[in-house]
Amino acid sequence: MRELSLNVMDIAQNSIRAEASLTTVRIDESIPAGTMSITITDNGCGMSEEQVKSVIDPFFTTRTTRKVGLGVPLFKMEAEMTGGSFTIDSTLGVGTTLTATFMTNHVDMIPLGEIGAVMHLLITCNPEIDFLYIREKVNAAGEEKVLTLDTREFRAQLGDIPFSEPDVSEWIKEYIAEMENELEF
Amino acid sequence: MKSLAELQAIRDKAKAAVNLRDNGEVNTRVMVGMATCGIAAGARPVLTAIVDEVAKRELGSVMVTQTGCIGICQYEPVVEVVDADGTKTTYVKMTAEKALRVVNDHLVNGNVVTEYTIGAYQK
Repeated sequence: MRELSLNVMDIAQNSIRAEASLTTVRIDESIPAGTMSITITDNGCGMSEEQVKSVIDPFFTTRTTRKVGLGVPLFKMEAEMTGGSFTIDSTLGVGTTLTATFMTNHVDMIPLGEIGAVMHLLITCNPEIDFLYIREKVNAAGEEKVLTLDTREFRAQLGDIPFSEPDVSEWIKEYIAEMENELEF
Repeated sequence: MKSLAELQAIRDKAKAAVNLRDNGEVNTRVMVGMATCGIAAGARPVLTAIVDEVAKRELGSVMVTQTGCIGICQYEPVVEVVDADGTKTTYVKMTAEKALRVVNDHLVNGNVVTEYTIGAYQK
């Protein structure tokens, strides 16, 4: 993938298929340490131990329309290419957590890209699902900032008006843009 | 940061708008393939273009959703449109520009853009 944000979109699709009601996307960046980790957690159906082992195999998939499943193996490869790491934990009936850690100064580091656009699409195109989007950043001076977007809070205000409603969608887009501006410190 | 209170104002305004049109009923569904194959082929700009255009034209009866891989990865980005009567049209090898035409011709005016469909592509 050209941007890590596209991997986030891809992996989040697995959470949607797992019928998660809440999916958390957390990005922790540290400029001094030169690391960035992306964690995606869901409360979907989860996987058995056997399935967790096979999910990192590109020639394993549960679907019947094709023989390969590349999403998770790609994400793992991209993290490991930078000297980073990848972990996946899952419990049947509880959910799945997946973390990819990247060494941002490595030559093979793929840029995060337009993560804001990805979060906006995930939220507005999946009105039944809640998302928690957390950004944590430590800047070059060692100062830390944590920003959060929680669609459950939005839902509490909006009642039955869906996130896809034009004005709401626009408001969420601005909210995400503000988060991104705040992270430039 | 933006305040959540702003959402309440938006809700009240949106409620009036939703009541005005078809009692908020969805009758057309647009599904964009967003699995690994679709995303790698460039589905995100396609989905963004559709979401933005549908919002701009205030097509309240159109619901845009993501879907997984439907097994025709070689034709991604794939966009499926299910009309009110259940007719399904599959558009293949989409771009943001083609997507705009599908919104304008198909969703607004009800004319299928035949040249972008899978039938036209396979000939």
